[in-house]
Amino acid sequence: MGGSKKVSRRDLLRVTGAAGAGLVLGAGGHAALRGTADARDAGDKATLLSSLQTVAFHGNHQAGIATAQQEHMHFAALDLVTEDVSEVRELLRAWTGAAARMTEGRPAGDENTSEFLPPDDTGEALGLSPARLTLTFGFGTTLFEKAGEDRFGLSGAMPGALTPLPPLTGDVLDEGRSGGDLCVQACADDPQVAFHAVRNLVRISRGAAVVRWSQLGFGRTASTSKTQKTPRNLMGVKDGTNNIKAEDGELMDRHVWVPGGEGMPWMAGGSYLVARRIRMLIEVWDRVSLGEQETSIGRHKYSGAPIGKKDEFDPVDLGAKDESGEPLIAEDAHVRLARQSEGEKILRRGYSFTDGFDAERGQLDAGLFFICFQRDPRKQFVPLQQRLAANDRLNEYIRHTASALFACPPGAKEGGYVGEGLFGRI
Amino acid sequence: MPVEVGPNFSMSWRHWLGSALFAALALVVAGCGQPPPENGESGGEGREAKEETAESTGGETTGGETTAETTSEETTSEGTTAVDVGGSPELGAAADEYEEYVVEQTALLEKSTKGFTGAVLAGDVEKAKRLYGPAREPWERIEPIAAALGDYDPNIDAREGDVPEEEWRGFHRIEKSLWVRDTTEGQEEYVRQLMEDVTNLREEVETVELEPVDLVTGSVELLNEVSAGKITGEEDRYSHTDLYDINANVEGSEVAFEELKPEVAGEDIALANDVVEGFDEVYEELEQYRRGDGWVSYEKLDEADRRALSQKVDALAEPLSRVGQVLEG
Repeated sequence: MGGSKKVSRRDLLRVTGAAGAGLVLGAGGHAALRGTADARDAGDKATLLSSLQTVAFHGNHQAGIATAQQEHMHFAALDLVTEDVSEVRELLRAWTGAAARMTEGRPAGDENTSEFLPPDDTGEALGLSPARLTLTFGFGTTLFEKAGEDRFGLSGAMPGALTPLPPLTGDVLDEGRSGGDLCVQACADDPQVAFHAVRNLVRISRGAAVVRWSQLGFGRTASTSKTQKTPRNLMGVKDGTNNIKAEDGELMDRHVWVPGGEGMPWMAGGSYLVARRIRMLIEVWDRVSLGEQETSIGRHKYSGAPIGKKDEFDPVDLGAKDESGEPLIAEDAHVRLARQSEGEKILRRGYSFTDGFDAERGQLDAGLFFICFQRDPRKQFVPLQQRLAANDRLNEYIRHTASALFACPPGAKEGGYVGEGLFGRI
Repeated sequence: MPVEVGPNFSMSWRHWLGSALFAALALVVAGCGQPPPENGESGGEGREAKEETAESTGGETTGGETTAETTSEETTSEGTTAVDVGGSPELGAAADEYEEYVVEQTALLEKSTKGFTGAVLAGDVEKAKRLYGPAREPWERIEPIAAALGDYDPNIDAREGDVPEEEWRGFHRIEKSLWVRDTTEGQEEYVRQLMEDVTNLREEVETVELEPVDLVTGSVELLNEVSAGKITGEEDRYSHTDLYDINANVEGSEVAFEELKPEVAGEDIALANDVVEGFDEVYEELEQYRRGDGWVSYEKLDEADRRALSQKVDALAEPLSRVGQVLEG
């Protein structure tokens, strides 16, 4: 044949497989082959150059909590369909292996060499940068006990902090979009990288677990690092000004990480994740005057400063009064009610979402996928949300439509797997 | 009915190399019903799935047209010499067994369609409705094979909107008349065409030679049929007899897998067990909808029911998609 370059059959198959269509090798085929190989080299170089953009998967804590918040999220909750605890353990092992690879920017599995088999990795992240991908896994209450049944012999290991959230005023929860036995939170600066990770983890779980619900998030609604600016949520206001910052190791230890000696030993170094799908009544909010919007929030819309102040980071003075003696920050303003007592502080890590268009109402289906991490939701999220649910002026413009609580165990050590502390003992 | 499988495979298979990537292209039709390839040496029995390889660009193809869609290792030859080019006798035998099954199913299809169309011609709406679901089952068991041959799929099984209105015929056209208009009137031409198509299919299938790769891809395709379409109830949108189709798809998939199972188990026993377990789970899920000889209306399944069934099918199809490793050796 005409080409001078020797191409092995294996290479050909690999490339044609990656291209998704058969190629007939001739001169043109060679050109196409070279093009693909060049693209791959470029991808490798990009991967190398962006090595700074990887977040270590292994460690004392799972990544994706203290990590400076990425721009995109794909969250999935799964239900186990197996009754065999060893299959759950195998799933966690397989997930850990694939997660470690993907966060390094590598495919979930080995490159495919058989023309008769589907590729191990689905391929859409090939050549993309790792985009600071983090994968955070969690366990729901129903893993330990479901309908009064101890499914996997784990009920004795269920932490008190995983007690289901009490009903909260105003909740209109869709059960199908709430809860779940397991969760994976994928965060990345590239939405395709986050999607790819969840897709491949779900694929790996097939036969052992099924997706219960999933949520895509775009645009972080919090900053979790001093290096990040405060972003705006879909109400157009700055969100998360007073968030805990990952650099505050002491605050993280006090409010986010479960300390050794508290609750179940397998959770030491872990954290509890609460997720709330908060639908914003966008059309209603958009008809609200600027004054009422600011009163509801308790901050000026453009500067993000507390009412009566100039700068976003000016302290919130809840006692400040106007000339007629009325509080500057309304009694039912979000800022006032969301002000956390020392013991209630949480690490917020939410994302804006839209699921497109709500055909029933003819309105945008969008809002805030609220995520927070904490040491014990019973002492942090629950009292905070009880106060907000009862009185927050914002409640007129939002609906909590789904809710979930997960125990995120500590990070995996090299060679170990996420959840080993729980599953390794049985 | 599943054909008896001869499990007397003893030789371990190592060197069989597939002839094409896709079942549709690996399908081989010998002789009648198709114009013979214009190539002397094939003598009317030539293979049509031919390919160029890195080693043989041009000049070396041995009959039939070169297709850009196939990229494949070896040019296969006629059945008698299949072993000589590295074929596995076990897999070859599996393909032969499956061929018999396909032939058997098309014969059943001809019979069941005759019963169904007979009721339509007799103007017996109730009887026709009763026979509609069961009549389609043999078709659904072997659909990927039949669909790879000519226009049988659009002619026999097109749903409304799949083809231009004036070309729409086959089962679903008659289905619409029966369930939407509650009549058999005006169906005579569709009945005649359907019988003709089914008979032609049966005759053509008798000449088909299948390759092991057809079993591998066919078994997965049958489940993809369920996942991609039938799970929504769009297949039998007027009669809601979808469970007849779905169950038949699963049965057909299982037969193809069963033929390959000894080879799969020899390579990867865990994979074989996963697939067997997956079929059990799907059948168990379906069982609750069985009523006598048939199935409940698909309308009885709510969203959660359909999702549960869909997820069982996905759980089965994932390991099944890895069965192709037996073709690699």
